[in-house]
Amino acid sequence: MANAHLAADIGGTFTDIAVTHRGALFTCKVPTVPDAPEEGIFRGVRQAMADTGLTPADFSLIVHGTTLATNALIERKGAKTAMLVTDGFRDAVEMAYENRFEQYDIFMDKPPPLVPREFRYGVPERVDAKGNVLVPLDENAVAGLIESLRRHRIEAVAIGLMHSYAAPAHERRLADILAHDMPDVLVSLSSEVSPEIREYERWSTTAANAYVQPLMSRYLGRLSDKLAEMGFTCPLRLMTSGGGLASLDTARRFPIRLVESGPAGGAILAARVARECGLDRVLSFDMGGTTAKICLIDDGAPQQSRSFEVARQYRFLKGSGLPLRIPVIEMVEIGAGGGSIARVDTLSRIHVGPESAGAVPGPACYGQGGDAPTVTDANVTLGRIDPDNFAGGTMKLDAALSAGAIDAAVGKQLSLSTLAAAFGISEVVEENMANAARVHAVERGKEIRDRTLVAFGGGAALHAARLARKLNIDEVIVPVAAGVGSAVGFLQAPVAYEVVRSRYALLDATFDADGLNTLYAEMRAEAEQIVAEAAPDAVLIETRTADMRYHGQGHEIAVDLPAGPYDKSLRDTLSGLFETAYAATYSRRIPGLEVEVMNWTLRLSAIVDDPAPCPPMPDGSVPEPAGTRELFDPEAGILSTAPVYRRDALAPGSTITGPAIIAEDETTTVVLTGFTARLNAVGYIVLQWEGS
Amino acid sequence: MTDPVNDPLSPIRLQIMWDRLIAVVEEQALTLIRTGFSTSTREAGDLSAGIFDTRGDMLAQAVTGTPGHVNSMARSVRHFLERFPVDEMADGDVFLTNDPWKGTGHLHDFTFLTPCFHNGALVALFASTCHVVDIGGRGMTSDGRTIYEEGLYIPLMRFAHAGKIDQAVIDIVTANVREPVQVVGDLHSLATCNDLACRRLREMMDEFAIADLDRLGSHILDRSRTAALDAIRKLPEGVYRHRMRIDGLEEPVDLVAEMTIGADGIDVDFTGSSGISSYGINVPLCYTEAYATFGVKCIVAPDVPNNAGSLATIRITAPKGSILNAEHPAPVAVRHVTGQMLPDVVFGCLHEALGEAVPAEGTSCLWNLYAYGGPGRVDADPALLANAQPFTVLSFHSGGTGARPGKDGLSATAFPSGVRNVPVEVTEAISPLIVWRKEYRQDSGGAGAYRGGLGQVMELSLLEDAPFAFSALFDRIEHPPRGRAGGIDGAGGTIGLKSGAALSGKGTQTIPSGERVVIEMPGGGGLGDASTRDPARVAADARAGLISTAAARDLYRIALTPEGEIDAAATEQLRNA
Repeated sequence: MANAHLAADIGGTFTDIAVTHRGALFTCKVPTVPDAPEEGIFRGVRQAMADTGLTPADFSLIVHGTTLATNALIERKGAKTAMLVTDGFRDAVEMAYENRFEQYDIFMDKPPPLVPREFRYGVPERVDAKGNVLVPLDENAVAGLIESLRRHRIEAVAIGLMHSYAAPAHERRLADILAHDMPDVLVSLSSEVSPEIREYERWSTTAANAYVQPLMSRYLGRLSDKLAEMGFTCPLRLMTSGGGLASLDTARRFPIRLVESGPAGGAILAARVARECGLDRVLSFDMGGTTAKICLIDDGAPQQSRSFEVARQYRFLKGSGLPLRIPVIEMVEIGAGGGSIARVDTLSRIHVGPESAGAVPGPACYGQGGDAPTVTDANVTLGRIDPDNFAGGTMKLDAALSAGAIDAAVGKQLSLSTLAAAFGISEVVEENMANAARVHAVERGKEIRDRTLVAFGGGAALHAARLARKLNIDEVIVPVAAGVGSAVGFLQAPVAYEVVRSRYALLDATFDADGLNTLYAEMRAEAEQIVAEAAPDAVLIETRTADMRYHGQGHEIAVDLPAGPYDKSLRDTLSGLFETAYAATYSRRIPGLEVEVMNWTLRLSAIVDDPAPCPPMPDGSVPEPAGTRELFDPEAGILSTAPVYRRDALAPGSTITGPAIIAEDETTTVVLTGFTARLNAVGYIVLQWEGS
Repeated sequence: MTDPVNDPLSPIRLQIMWDRLIAVVEEQALTLIRTGFSTSTREAGDLSAGIFDTRGDMLAQAVTGTPGHVNSMARSVRHFLERFPVDEMADGDVFLTNDPWKGTGHLHDFTFLTPCFHNGALVALFASTCHVVDIGGRGMTSDGRTIYEEGLYIPLMRFAHAGKIDQAVIDIVTANVREPVQVVGDLHSLATCNDLACRRLREMMDEFAIADLDRLGSHILDRSRTAALDAIRKLPEGVYRHRMRIDGLEEPVDLVAEMTIGADGIDVDFTGSSGISSYGINVPLCYTEAYATFGVKCIVAPDVPNNAGSLATIRITAPKGSILNAEHPAPVAVRHVTGQMLPDVVFGCLHEALGEAVPAEGTSCLWNLYAYGGPGRVDADPALLANAQPFTVLSFHSGGTGARPGKDGLSATAFPSGVRNVPVEVTEAISPLIVWRKEYRQDSGGAGAYRGGLGQVMELSLLEDAPFAFSALFDRIEHPPRGRAGGIDGAGGTIGLKSGAALSGKGTQTIPSGERVVIEMPGGGGLGDASTRDPARVAADARAGLISTAAARDLYRIALTPEGEIDAAATEQLRNA
């Protein structure tokens, strides 16, 4: 019976493959093929089948996540795109917020819009906030535009009209005209891609969807054709940024929802670990080659949001990218990875990242010509990474090159020994991550301390123990296959779809519960159609939220709603729910102020079986080390001899007292002095702080 | 020398603790942003947060959206310490003021100071400032003739005594402002964010096992002062002068600066600037200091963090009684309209010193949309307002910035302020206003080798049949942003009714029923000779409609074909003419 599942996560450097079959997990990494990313998948799939003995007929599901859309946005390699917007507003996507995101740099530039001004066309029409037509759509004017679109060989068109989230008729009529006159052009409507109030964000999202649509449509077509050719008959589903799986058709309509799918997979993995281990409050920590991602996971579910910024072009600074209003798993991403470069500034302070040595030339120790010291070089110097057994021994690292680069760029400037300079680099990058985590928590009104850190991705387990100390966290879990965490997460994601509508409502006598019921019925129908396509027989779970704020505030907070249908009493219920949520986030409420709702959301998700609870920790045993290595102790400030264990040689219950190193092919777990590491019943490494 | 790794206060640990202090004040500021009520706190980042040592020297300040609190909040801490010496402070005390001269320049800004105790000893002081939504009086207008008309004035005093909040302060504020719930809420936010920061500091001191901030503080201040001085010593020593005339209110205002660059820092003196205005566009010295310092730092040492060490290298003075050092009881409610011009003046001095290393003049003052309506709120026949929907709209908008060395200016972007706009759709959802047009204003960016940023045009009216109030606080109408180094001036702003009548650039005016207001915001000045601009960029600007074909020909001396391509032969003629 066909019941194997396969996940493929295309990253910048590697394509990760994960296969589950009858409870067993198989993983592998193959190099990404930048010009034909699907080739990397096929190679990985063939390798997985060769190693597991499975055939295409054994598979019942393939899940795919890719950075292709994200890369097209970062590298500006999308389609030649035009925008049709309400006359008088052609510059909205360029004016953005009319602000600068960096206060002191007079040379900073705002991210250029995806569609240049000459391809942004004003269309005579106007609708007000209530959906009343003030100026009818001038269809004659549109005919002239089409001529221009043809002349410029436009491949994709984004349509964004004022208040179309409330009244989409003019956008739809424009789409009909385009479909008739230019059938080969792909058209994205703002009322479909991101039907939310705030013209800049909605149109930016719609432009991005249009910009990547031709590329993604072609890619997904090639991928599914080739998989069919290889004999796969099972469905192909796409991982979305919101953590749900989408069908091929949905992915082709809304390719913008595929950005940031890799990190979403990681968060899903961490959430599953949280449920499996019965942890209510988790901080997931995913560290790769160029960035680190941190996500809060409460009650087994990652934080969700609908606000994301892609392609930040200025030191990963908030505001330097393009805003997308799509369902996303909320996380903070900072430029801190193994390849992040260290330098010293004019104040003799060490800085690490966001500049990255990338895969080429890579860290100095790769010996590929990189002469800038990176976090990986510091880890080699501090004894955390074994230069002779990197990436399962497939790659020899040169510790002398690390030391030379660290001395030249940091040690000499600060009159520090190589070791002290390497310690400085690791401390700074860990402090950066700790500060980012704290700020992220403050923004969400959450606390960090007393959480469990779940660490995955190639670099996280090297830094997790130290990061935990900085955050007052006592427990760290390094799950199995942590090096390919995102792909493993894909296999655990539900088919899901989220619908949003902006309908302004003041919670006063004008509140219209019946209208809301009608709205939610429409939203349910839309979501059901999309989810049923990918999961026809699944049991569905529906969740609703409202974005609410005190009248006139700038930020909304998402409040979970009770199930419908609603009557007049919902008004008071909503006020109460909002005040509770507001107080939880901001530690106060403001009595007597009116409350308003900007957006309503509905998420429909197929139910995924909960993982079996992790059995209790087996009895302790003391394993034999495979060897020893000199490891730097950040508290004592010295190198000391630490035993080295192979993770695959450890039995459940194995108990190791820090300092120690637990090595596996895809990552290394550093057990600092003061921590005890135990292998739990399902093979996860659990670090516990025992006190100094 | 001890092994730095083993020394518990090695350079690395000092840096990590410094980073942590910066993180603490960022967290302090974020807490305030997330809870603040006034639009300018939230959207414009019009707030500040910082940590001070027990002498009152600022160790770290959060980078927020406004330069208006650079150093001005730090000054206020010294005023607090003069009035309330540290040895009289108890754990749980909180102090406040909105004194424009001892705070941050107008009554709308409250500054809070909280002493932070650890293990029974005073270890640091936390200060925070934010703009409240209302302070009574005439509100955020230029209309006041003295400070007494501008609202409630709270001198330096205690908000809480050993943990107990003084109800008298709350009652007085509640009785004097139009939105007491929000304003009192913001006062609590200010106290809360200081508290949170103090908690974080204590955690840090435990983690790093330090009992005081003495060594860390002197490390931060020494390093910062040295780095700032190193940057200043790269500049040519000398005395540099610049003057700039702006619209002002009842008459044009001259802003005159003399900058002395020396080995021990930069001094800027504003002697020669105009005297005070009879209206609220006057600037207390603390606010002059903030914007002038910001301008210097942008060019000279943008990467050096703001603290007592780095800021001591930049000294600002202005003669008493001038518009840049207005004394009590002069009206100062909208001091930002004048203060925001100061970076341009400072840039002018630095241009004398450095040549083409600074931007041309920009719009600099905000062109906000501030309108309200409804019965009893508009100066019009009450019968016309009987059925009008009450509303207030405030959205921050901007013209163009000056062209920059090697780069064009930014179009419709705030500088030096760091504000964000409110989306048109949101404005329209919460009010009966409708915006018909909001787009770049062609040919408004001053021509130059590098072009000034474009201003924008906004056109708006009321959807209902009623008059409404429009409050203007605009400058650069009569005196547009000037180009530098041969660059041409940006276009001056305009404001009027679509039917033809002009409106005044400053003051509250009634817009009659059915009329549309048209606001054309200024463009930034150009930098360098326009006829040396890269022809390809001229052609691209013309294709995009940022400049007209006529401007390409007359100002840039580039001839374009009807398709928008460069006509090489005709261009050569133009450029050689």
